[in-house]
Amino acid sequence: MNPSKSDHERAVDPVALEQRAASFCTRSLKKETKAQGLRLVVAMTDLTTLEGSDSPEKVRSLCRKALCPDPSIPNLPQVAAVCVYPKWVGLAKECVGDSGVRVASVASAFPSGQVALETKLADVREAVAQGADEIDMVLQRGAFLSGNHQEVEDEIHAIKEACESAHLKVILETGELGSMDAIARASHLAMNAGADFIKTSTGKIQPAATMPVTLLMLEAIRSHYLAGGGMIGMKPAGGIRAAKEALHYLVMVKETLGNAWMTPEWFRFGASSLLNDVLRQLQRLESGRYAAQYDVTET
Amino acid sequence: MTPKTLNIEAPALDFGEHWEYAPAPEGTKVEIAARYGAFINGEFVKGHGRKRLTTVNPATEETLSEVLIANPKDIDDAVAAARAALPKWKRLKPQERAKYLFRIARRIQERARELAVLETLDNGKPIKESRDVDIPEAAKHFFYHAGWADKLDYVFPGRKARPVGVCAQIIPWNFPFLMAAWKIAPAIACGNTVVLKPAETTPLTALRLAEIFQEVGLPPGVVNIVPGDGTTGAALAAHPGCQKLAFTGSTAVGKELARVNAGTSKRLTLELGGKSPHIIFNDASLDAAVEGVVQGIFFNQGHVCCAGSRLFVQEDVLPEVQQLLRARLHNLRVGDPLDKNTDLGAINSASQLATIQHYLKLGVAEGASLQQIKTKLPKKGYWCAPTWFEGVQPAHVIAREEIFGPVLAVMSFRTPEEALTRANNTPYGLAAGIWSDKGARIFDIAAKLKAGVVWCNTYNRFDATSPFGGYKQSGFGREGGRHGLLPYLELS
Repeated sequence: MNPSKSDHERAVDPVALEQRAASFCTRSLKKETKAQGLRLVVAMTDLTTLEGSDSPEKVRSLCRKALCPDPSIPNLPQVAAVCVYPKWVGLAKECVGDSGVRVASVASAFPSGQVALETKLADVREAVAQGADEIDMVLQRGAFLSGNHQEVEDEIHAIKEACESAHLKVILETGELGSMDAIARASHLAMNAGADFIKTSTGKIQPAATMPVTLLMLEAIRSHYLAGGGMIGMKPAGGIRAAKEALHYLVMVKETLGNAWMTPEWFRFGASSLLNDVLRQLQRLESGRYAAQYDVTET
Repeated sequence: MTPKTLNIEAPALDFGEHWEYAPAPEGTKVEIAARYGAFINGEFVKGHGRKRLTTVNPATEETLSEVLIANPKDIDDAVAAARAALPKWKRLKPQERAKYLFRIARRIQERARELAVLETLDNGKPIKESRDVDIPEAAKHFFYHAGWADKLDYVFPGRKARPVGVCAQIIPWNFPFLMAAWKIAPAIACGNTVVLKPAETTPLTALRLAEIFQEVGLPPGVVNIVPGDGTTGAALAAHPGCQKLAFTGSTAVGKELARVNAGTSKRLTLELGGKSPHIIFNDASLDAAVEGVVQGIFFNQGHVCCAGSRLFVQEDVLPEVQQLLRARLHNLRVGDPLDKNTDLGAINSASQLATIQHYLKLGVAEGASLQQIKTKLPKKGYWCAPTWFEGVQPAHVIAREEIFGPVLAVMSFRTPEEALTRANNTPYGLAAGIWSDKGARIFDIAAKLKAGVVWCNTYNRFDATSPFGGYKQSGFGREGGRHGLLPYLELS
């Protein structure tokens, strides 16, 4: 048995996942813990815009916000990355420059993945050529659900190759997989096929990220790691809007995978509206009063 | 299935102090009187007893209050009050009796925060548990039994149900308030009257419950509460004026009570100790199983009669289970019970801590490998870090005797038959846990386990509607559900 592969199939207990996930929400985070946690959430954010109506101006304002989320808050980190369609990678790259904010691009016929492999590869190569640091691909649910796991694995391999040095995140689109067992299987499949990160959702399908699903994927990462397969990153995406919820996710990461994953290198939030709620909470910690909606910038 | 070989060099997970949770203490202030007496005939009385016990906060060793040790004269008074209240109470319209129980339940909910804090102060259990388990479950018991009060003639079809009479009830220190509810609710719902003795180290919440009885106007004498020590318990247990004795506590005391009451017509139910097994099969969800095992033994510092203190793991998944167990245990937070993030509170008393430490030494002497998580324990108070023993043999004393603390004995098995033999090889039979994804196996094993409760893919699940009780030296009689009414009814 190859110790670098965690290809064993463990049973999954959805009831237990829900209970355990709920238990993280009872942690009470106060004062310094809260302030540090909120800053960490900012640093872990993949600030995202994935709309048909995205414009150059929208991308520019998103990038500016990524570099400096709120000038009124001292010691605020920049976000981890901006996440855009391949068309906007060049512009985004130009805007963030050498700031350290990375540019992630969804590619491989996001969000459905319903095109030929060649077309997906072209999509990925285009984004990489434009300078994307990270590629968020979608798992081919059609093949996966029909049981053709080899095809899915080969596709991830091929895209990983096309990524060159860019990091590959594999979006499982858990809302379409139908069961916790399937999500566990898809997580292991993606990790074994070369994913650097596994990601819950595109944000285009409901339900998107939930705590039980994220916990399941964190446990899959843990078993992959403990079996000698190395570290894999995790990105819940879609549906996380409240700062408090994000802090509960951090508790879950801390108590499931430990310190090593508590950095933007290994854990990300894929979100657009979350950042503003976090900023408002941070403003409140600074000023002692609740910030209004207009106290934070919309992009 | 090929055994999973784990890479021994595989890096372990690091759960250090990065992003440490700041203290989050529960703020409610609770008033505690300097002295308490007994609650007899609807009044708080000083009592005849000259001696007093001091009840301390086990997390700080600070004295909380001085409480009467009720003497035989006090017991006489309490039993007389209960006897005097009986005729009216049992003839009260059942709907009216139910109303009192509903009121008690509502009042418990209204005063939940105060009761939870007081319970944590007196017992040492984490506020998370007293707030989310003890107090809400106690309220549920009164609600549930309020519903039975006017339906008793239909519980056992074709038979007429009448109350037993005056019930003596003796409860332990591990769930002081919840056990009072478990005992009092079915007794008074069935039309009996009660004399209850709370545990020596945890009398405060039962006396608070007496305040609630006053608030809701429960008729005097229906419930009497007599605090005290072992002498009080002995006097109450042997009192000829009681028709029924219900006891929850240690097997040794249970046997003594059975001896004392042998040859009398007094009814007896005993809920005693346990050494409950968990069995993890190789097809189980190991993450779920490890979580269940951790909750099963470390809930309430392991001061649980049905604590899953013996763990049997199928050989081929043992290394993985140990790895997961270790990772999980490093996230248990031990310390100030009033902190909302505390998972493990204080050991209830110095004597219980001494008992636990005796077993820890014994385990090492027997050749088992002692494992503890590194954690800073407070200087004052009674503390024990979460502990597990690896390399335990079924013949070890730590695998046979009840430790009643946060100590798990990890063992392995190869075949399901072996698991069953080992799990059943105990003088106790209170609870058991099975972890498997295979339905057929679960039903097969569950039917063959000699335990009052068998939990499948979960553990420590309680509900007022579900009976709880033991086999063998874990006692007899059931509490909760329809079965829990039987000990409090005469059927004709």
